[in-house]
Amino acid sequence: MTTTITESNENTSGFTKNLNLDKHISRRFNEELEQLRTLVMKMGALVEQQVNDGLSAVLNADSKLAVKVIERDHEVNTMELEIDEYCTQVLARRQPAASDLRLIVSILKSITDLERMGDESVKFGRNAIKLAKGNFAEEEGSRPLVELKHLGKHVSETLNKALRAYAEMDVEAALDIIKNDNIVDEEFDNISRLLVTKMMENPREIKNALRVTWCARALERIGDHTTNLCEYIVYLVEGKDVRHSTIEQIKASMSN
Amino acid sequence: MNAITLPKPAKVNEDNQNDLSQIEITETVGNIYADDAKMSIRNANIYYGEKQAIDNISLDLAKNQVTALIGPSGCGKSTFLRSLNRMNDTIDICKITGKFTLDNEDIYAKNLDPVLLRARVGMVFQKPNPFPKSIYENVAYGARIHGLTNNKAELDEIVETSLQKAGLFNEVKDRLNDPGTGLSGGQQQRLCIARTIAVSPEVILMDEPASALDPIATAIIEELIDELKEKYTIAIVTHSMQQAARVSQFTAYFHMGKLVEMDKTEDIFTHPSHKLTENYITGRFG
Repeated sequence: MTTTITESNENTSGFTKNLNLDKHISRRFNEELEQLRTLVMKMGALVEQQVNDGLSAVLNADSKLAVKVIERDHEVNTMELEIDEYCTQVLARRQPAASDLRLIVSILKSITDLERMGDESVKFGRNAIKLAKGNFAEEEGSRPLVELKHLGKHVSETLNKALRAYAEMDVEAALDIIKNDNIVDEEFDNISRLLVTKMMENPREIKNALRVTWCARALERIGDHTTNLCEYIVYLVEGKDVRHSTIEQIKASMSN
Repeated sequence: MNAITLPKPAKVNEDNQNDLSQIEITETVGNIYADDAKMSIRNANIYYGEKQAIDNISLDLAKNQVTALIGPSGCGKSTFLRSLNRMNDTIDICKITGKFTLDNEDIYAKNLDPVLLRARVGMVFQKPNPFPKSIYENVAYGARIHGLTNNKAELDEIVETSLQKAGLFNEVKDRLNDPGTGLSGGQQQRLCIARTIAVSPEVILMDEPASALDPIATAIIEELIDELKEKYTIAIVTHSMQQAARVSQFTAYFHMGKLVEMDKTEDIFTHPSHKLTENYITGRFG
């Protein structure tokens, strides 16, 4: 799942072509936007890796990997600061308008969501370390962990799709993800119900069951941040702000 | 107004938007109509001899709003602006067709005196051009020749309020008899604006009013434009996209004599509909 960097590099043409990023009279401006885009994709790939590693640390009770995820979070934070600064510079020097402006605005918003996803991954790491100390998986947790794995797979694949849609400026793919957002919410409800049952059956495992709940909750949040990324894609390409709208409203506004 | 042929609804020719040479400007994109139009131009064509400078342009200037005309050099925006107070009348080879109205009144009507029209539709030029006379005379001149008043006290009043509205009075009140040409560039431009205001126009046309000024003088002029729109309808030609974005409520993008797109400024600078507009305001080839 950590193949986003190579894949997105192969797919740069879509992004560049849709927005004509390489068509400015100022070649330096072209380079700046290209560099910014590369940084965002790099941050996306890093966050994707954090999510996947954090999740597998939980599922495999791998506290070594969990520590690695926690330690690597500062790289995500550093990238957020770096991209923030870069955007500020472009705004100050170029006063971008229209699609260039939307690109900068969408990047500024996207990296906030990416950084939050990084924070959620750290929660996986912390819970994984605690869970690895007990034997929840063998005793009580097999079923919830299977469900968690299932939800994790879905969230991780959606994130991968979203980053790809970002790289290719694929509005259709983005809308598809926005439309399917409720799947994550439903699965999260299922896991919660399951874990509440486990807690009632065996109160001694409440602590660990709660930890799994928090992991599921983190996945649900990552799903929401992924949806946000997709909304910024629609804004960037179409110039329409589709936040807080239903999919029907979005479709209607796009057909105008 | 009934006899005017209105342009067809806006539509983009999207087939080949990435190949700029293939883009045919069929109709204006966006919205050329104002709810409350001070001036309305319909199907304007302007020719210099054989050459067509303006090709079938229609738009409204909304009352008490600032409309910015932008576009690359030679796109016809200045020609168009000058046609709004018949400044092109003096050019023999210039031929104008179409309907130009000010408050529903045809400004090219045979019985309409262009001098009176220019009192109602004033103009400020790129380079400040004060008369080689005193500051006072620069402002008083128009009011006097248009016979607004012959009374010295009233004239004093007009000069003072005009200079005040142009934001210049405090800087020059002690030297009203000094030559206008002795002022700084920014002050001269505000003097020209005061001179325009002095004859109580309804519309002010500005052709690159700040392009010869430094950023501070520019900011003062822009602030002034914002205040002036409370009383006057303003059309401004500018090469500075940021200036258009800052001062105007509506923006019209001209390209090779055609009006490509017109819309609210907030829309033009965040999500323009036409590829040519997008390319121009973002500094792309095209």
